[in-house]
This record gives sequence, structure tokens and C-alpha cells, in this order.
Amino acid sequence: MFIIVVIALLVVMILALVRSLLGPTIYDRVLAVNAFGTKTVLFIAVYGFLTGRPDFLDIALVYALINFVGTVAVLKFFEYDDLGSGAYQEDDI
Amino acid sequence: MATFIDLLSWALLIAGSFFLCVGGVGMVRFPDVYTRIHAASVTDTGGAAFIFMGLLLQAIFTFENPMAAIKIVLIAFFMFFTGPTASHALAKAALMAGIVPKGQDGQSVIDKSLKLAKRGRKKA
Repeated sequence: MFIIVVIALLVVMILALVRSLLGPTIYDRVLAVNAFGTKTVLFIAVYGFLTGRPDFLDIALVYALINFVGTVAVLKFFEYDDLGSGAYQEDDI
Repeated sequence: MATFIDLLSWALLIAGSFFLCVGGVGMVRFPDVYTRIHAASVTDTGGAAFIFMGLLLQAIFTFENPMAAIKIVLIAFFMFFTGPTASHALAKAALMAGIVPKGQDGQSVIDKSLKLAKRGRKKA
């Protein structure tokens, strides 16, 4: 039963990779990587159930946290060209 | 009772994976950054919710593992909030960078007064 979900998740991961390779703008690529990350969370959770190992859910939870933080950090880097500076420099809006 | 639970969780899992496939296809085929963000994030959160509900039924009834059920609820709760937040941040970053969302006829859908490029990054 879980096999079908695992196969569907792999297909969607491949689609996300296709979009990350094709994506003209960097935001397409960030979107594809973010989607790939959330699909990986689901894949780990379902694969944990497939092989009867409930402790995979911890890995899935940590991966969800890191995926979110990574996406927002990359976006901040794109918007302000620097992670260290404050949200608004002096001459900003 | 057990077969009913299996059937219900199986249906939920299949529905969730169907939504994810729709989102994946939408992410590849859509013309614009914003439409792709919409396709990917809406179906992502929805599909993940369905799959986690299916796993929750399995964790409670067939595996009888309450700790796994709690973890599934935690993951679903966390992804329910951070999915849309990340997509919003992504769309805002794309808008700030000056990528103009275009309508059907190719004209910008937001009125000229916003003057996007000037509010973007200094070097953009």
C-alpha cells in the first residue's frame, strides 16, 4: 500500500528536479528545491512506515525544520546580498 | 473494523499522492514564476495533509504506536504553517527582485504606480 505512495513521491521529485534544471529565474530553482525538500519529508515518513521503522519520523521532522530554514535563508541572501546585515540598511526603503 | 481503517487510510494516501502529482505537473508546465509557486505550494500543503492523515490512521490502529502518531501530528502541524510561509517569502522575494507578474495578454497585472524595479534591490 505504501509502495504506491513511494513511487508517486519519486515521480514528483523527478518533476521538481526537472523544474530546477529548466527554471529560467533563480526563484524557480528555489521553489523547486523547496518542493523537493517537502517531498523528501513525506518520502522519509512513508518509507519509515513501509519498512516498519517508526523512528524515521524524527528524521522527517528535523528535515522539515531544516528545509524551511534553508529556503528562507537562501531567499534572504538573494534579497539583501548578505545574511549578516540587518533587515533594513540605512538607505533602504 | 481493521479493513475499514486500511481502506480509509489507503484512500487518503492515494488522494494525497494524486494532489502531489498534480502539483508536480503544474510546477513544470506553468508559464510564470508566480503560477508555479501557486501550483507547487497549494498542492504541496494539501497533499502532505492527506498523506499525514493516512499515516496517522495507520499509526493509531494497525501499528498501535502512539509516539509515532504524536510525531506525525507534529510534522503535519509544522508543515501546515511553514509551507505557505515559505511560499509567501518566495513570492515576495521574486516581486522585490522586479519579476513582474503578467496577465493573460502579457501586460503586467499590477498597476504602474507600484514601480517595482525601484523598490527592488539597489543593484537590481
